Amino acid sequence: MSIQNTSLSGRKKQVSNKEMTLGERLYIGAIAGGMATTFKHLFKKKVTINYPEETRPFSPVYRGQHMLMRDEEGRERCTACGLCALSCPAEAITMKAAERKPEEKHLYREEKYAEIYEINMLRCIYCGLCEEACPKQAIYLTKSKKIVKADTNREHFIFGKEQLVMPLDQAIQNTAKSE
Amino acid sequence: MEEAIIIEKSVIIVAVFAITMLFAMYCTLAERKIAAWIQDRRGPNRAGPGGMLQPLADGLKLFAKEEFMPNTPNTFLFVLGPFISMTMALMTSAVIPWGDTLEIAGRKVILQAADINVAMLYVFAVLSVSVYGIMIGGWASNNKYSLISAMRVASQMISYEIAMGLSIVAILMMHSSMSLREIAAGQHEMHWNIFYQPLGFFIFLICSFAETNRTPFDLAECEQELIGGYHTEYSSMRMGFFLFAEYAAMFISSTLLAVLYLGAYNYPGMTWAAENWGENTANIIGIAVLFIKICFFIFLYMWVRWTIPRFRYDQLMNLGWKTLIPLAILNIVVTAVVLLLNR
Repeated sequence: MSIQNTSLSGRKKQVSNKEMTLGERLYIGAIAGGMATTFKHLFKKKVTINYPEETRPFSPVYRGQHMLMRDEEGRERCTACGLCALSCPAEAITMKAAERKPEEKHLYREEKYAEIYEINMLRCIYCGLCEEACPKQAIYLTKSKKIVKADTNREHFIFGKEQLVMPLDQAIQNTAKSE
Repeated sequence: MEEAIIIEKSVIIVAVFAITMLFAMYCTLAERKIAAWIQDRRGPNRAGPGGMLQPLADGLKLFAKEEFMPNTPNTFLFVLGPFISMTMALMTSAVIPWGDTLEIAGRKVILQAADINVAMLYVFAVLSVSVYGIMIGGWASNNKYSLISAMRVASQMISYEIAMGLSIVAILMMHSSMSLREIAAGQHEMHWNIFYQPLGFFIFLICSFAETNRTPFDLAECEQELIGGYHTEYSSMRMGFFLFAEYAAMFISSTLLAVLYLGAYNYPGMTWAAENWGENTANIIGIAVLFIKICFFIFLYMWVRWTIPRFRYDQLMNLGWKTLIPLAILNIVVTAVVLLLNR
């Protein structure tokens, strides 16, 4: 078989320029075939997702809003080393470190923690370099399964710890699962 | 007695008007739903349960729009266009037999607004006038696209009305009557015209598509070339009237198809039903049967619209003049020969 005639998919069709027969020129068969196709589609499963009520599942590697993780005891993992801010190509991350007090041992994992941790979501390009740079596995873009919502006010795009830190109930669930 | 007739006819006229409007309204929703389903989508489902209030929302939107008037010297004709379209679309329904007689309070009520003996001629007269709505509207818009569209509609209507009229002649020969009531009565039980006149039915169906400006004959409003055609310059409820008239015309044309070829209100076992359950019950079932047939044709209109692409202009003219008219004449000749041999 010559290379012109091979069809790896099995769907290749030779096009010809021959005169149509009377039956073909009436187009009745073709129209009936078309109508049958559209009729079949009437009963097919609809591909539309009813958006606000239903949402499409995120891919496991989808990079959305960042999340500052808690460990299995519910303590914040971040130690405010600043490597994420350093690695950030968009200069979106700022933080201020503070020292942990003895009575805060149940809140923070390390002796130093981020008192203020801010990400400017307008600057962020969601590249995930902060996630790679973090030595404490404290920041992830794939965990929150959230998209940063649109807004009309620029100030609202600077997300602080209250938006970024993993919610406590989620941490409790994680702990329950690991036990 | 006279008053009874006036009341009876008024009720029928109001009912027919309301039903036509209701059908036209829900045709817009049905069209969008069927379009969506054929394309694997869901269609409008936000206004009311399952989108049932969508036509109301659409109407409300059109009422709230600005009434734009283009810079045209013919403001009167511009306003007249949609008015004619709408009136003519509704006028045909006057002669359609919606069912056999009903006996109410000892009176035989004919379910028809006007039983005239030239009903077929009346239908064709009204159909011919209905093209004026689009033509006048398109011409008065003072817009080149509208004008092209108007010219296309005019030539298309003239071409297809001939074939349509000729395909009907065979039926008139069979029933030797022009009254739609007698044609409907002549198709009792399963003696539907479609079984005797399959070719005629086919021609009439194709011409109906052309007469109502539905795909594949919607050259008048092809969005790609003519940005909407004759209603390019229209807005608000005037535009709504044009669009609404199209659906009303579709409903009426489906009714005509059902009455002329699919046996109107007749169904197999009608005499049996009349003997066992009484005339009235049998005839009420007949009305329901007629509406089922109408719904089938409306569905067919929409189904075809989302299946077959638009004709090119020369193809349209070729089909009309070189195929349908000779076929219709052949149909008349064959019918005449068969009728003569059977006499």
